[in-house]
Amino acid sequence: MSETSTPDTSTPDTSTSDTSTSHTAPARRVSGVSIRLDGVTKRYPGQDRPAVDDVDLEIPAGETVMFVGPSGCGKTTLLKMLNRLIEPSGGRIHLGDEDVTDQDPDQLRRRIGYVIQAGGLFPHMTVATNVGLVPRMLGWDKRRTAARVEELLDLVGLDPAVYRDRYPRELSGGQQQRVGVARALAADPPVLLMDEPFGAVDPVTRQRLQDELLRIQEELGKTIVFVTHDFDEAVKLGDRIVVFDVGARVVQYDTPERILAEPAEEYVADFVGAGATLKQLTLTRVSDVELQQVATATVGADSARAVAAARAAGHDFVVVLDERGRPVSWPTLAELSRTTTVPATVDQRLPVVGLRSTLNDALDAMLAASQGGVVVTGRRDALAGVLKVESVMAAIQRSRAEGAGGPSPPRPRRWTPRSRRPRAPTRRRPGPDAAPGAPSPSSRCWSPSACSPSCCGG
Amino acid sequence: MLWRLNASLTETEARQLGWTALWRSTREHLLLTVTAAVIVLVIAVPLGIALTRRPLRRLSPVITGVANTGQAAPAIGLFVLLATWLGFGFRTTVVALVVYAALPVLRNTLVGIQGVDPRLVEAGRGMGMSAAAVLFRVELPLAVPVVLAGVRTALVLLVGTATLATFIDGGGLGVLINTGITLSLDSLLVSGAVLVALLALAVDWLGRVVEHVARPKGL
Repeated sequence: MSETSTPDTSTPDTSTSDTSTSHTAPARRVSGVSIRLDGVTKRYPGQDRPAVDDVDLEIPAGETVMFVGPSGCGKTTLLKMLNRLIEPSGGRIHLGDEDVTDQDPDQLRRRIGYVIQAGGLFPHMTVATNVGLVPRMLGWDKRRTAARVEELLDLVGLDPAVYRDRYPRELSGGQQQRVGVARALAADPPVLLMDEPFGAVDPVTRQRLQDELLRIQEELGKTIVFVTHDFDEAVKLGDRIVVFDVGARVVQYDTPERILAEPAEEYVADFVGAGATLKQLTLTRVSDVELQQVATATVGADSARAVAAARAAGHDFVVVLDERGRPVSWPTLAELSRTTTVPATVDQRLPVVGLRSTLNDALDAMLAASQGGVVVTGRRDALAGVLKVESVMAAIQRSRAEGAGGPSPPRPRRWTPRSRRPRAPTRRRPGPDAAPGAPSPSSRCWSPSACSPSCCGG
Repeated sequence: MLWRLNASLTETEARQLGWTALWRSTREHLLLTVTAAVIVLVIAVPLGIALTRRPLRRLSPVITGVANTGQAAPAIGLFVLLATWLGFGFRTTVVALVVYAALPVLRNTLVGIQGVDPRLVEAGRGMGMSAAAVLFRVELPLAVPVVLAGVRTALVLLVGTATLATFIDGGGLGVLINTGITLSLDSLLVSGAVLVALLALAVDWLGRVVEHVARPKGL
């Protein structure tokens, strides 16, 4: 069976083209609680300056708040005071309406998910045991725990039947991190604390994990506090960002858009690299730009019919979906016509991003795969469409045009002195002058079909 | 190996090589080793654990220092000194052996627990495990291979050192060796030494098997 489907691009995510879409989406489910810090202080004996100095902070329920700042600024200390791994020397901490400053820390921590770098999995326990630890501590019976483990592994995109009984060393870094997230979510805690969780994985895996987290958060609506030193990550994942200076002084606490547009101090501007033209790429989501509709075919269907249907619809390639609607490869019509049934081969190099990925990620994925487009997936990794490099370029053009005469122009003084922008993006990607059509590294591969000769080999 | 015992002509003084006498010495030797080993385990492992806990952590250099002296002192001197203090016999031998073999177990327990990634301990505490739960479910299982390696070292050390028991009337295979030396009876000396070596190898092998079985899966 094959059909020329028009992927549903009218989900709530894609219907709007405003960059602040889902931060304020009213329909979003919220299962988190708010966190309030009142004058929280941490003083270490023998140090004249407190590591965390009198911090007041309110984190709204169901939001992802990113802590960024230079190393040693006290952001991690502050995070660990939230679950009292570090006892505050002063101040009060409230979870929802509850003052938890004097609660039994072990009981408190069972209600707060905690994710650290590389997942912090116990190497001598299987994936299932690791994930089931907190439920067992809370006295759940075996069957309920097992069911929950199954549900969570599914949620983080790992097949329970395959991974349940594996040991952590038998998993890749990215998979370990997923299990770490699953473990933190095990007892359905309202609050999730994440301490540089994606710091130790490669960029491609990190981007996937970030997408995954966004998707999970979309489904669950936890209150997430996330420490990172990567400002791009903060912009991508955060509903709000807190920029810290030494002593955990809150320099600015605002949405990513406003921090980039109006840095509160010189310090913030330097830190975030505000004014960098392509910063907008990290603010714009894939769901904010127009996706191409493509011809699809299901694995095992009749090739000739799929080719005919695609040709009739004017497409020169087909996205092959597995039985759960997840894209596995994108052969050209020529490749597909050499087969009798649509092959199930999974193209490992197929560039895929989520709807909540940033244009920055999409461009990265295209460059990494030397393709002129990426496949975009939505809920449960189902196909949402294809994003072509032209659309990304158009979005850059648009945002630059807006930036020049729009409502929130980057402040001019940030444009001149190059030396004052130490954190401007250094990765190579088409520069601001690479208008569509101009030669650029990826211009050889304008259409995905033209440069996927090796995928799902005919 | 044992055919050699039957093949070589037994001298008058080599009565000790008779099966019953030989068996008795070997049993004595094993008994010394095992008793000392059990006492070492009971003392050194909990002590090692205690020394990694926060209130006692600062004591650990002192205690390891003491254990180090126990091992650095020449074993024979230790035996004789203890004998003049506690009297001759089995009990004194065991005490001396314990002092001598405690260090490897103690130190490996310390190292094993200290070697557990602190991030894992923090992860455990961070998800709401109590300090005891983290110790028994995370730290100790992960330290098992190192602790067992220490135990194996201690056992081999004990088998060897227990030969000195003969000097303070503790029995064991050392009697054979000592008699062999003093009376220039090479067959006695060699068979005693070979038996001790075989025993040590057997104990080491057994230790390896235990290590293999007890090592947590997934490491």
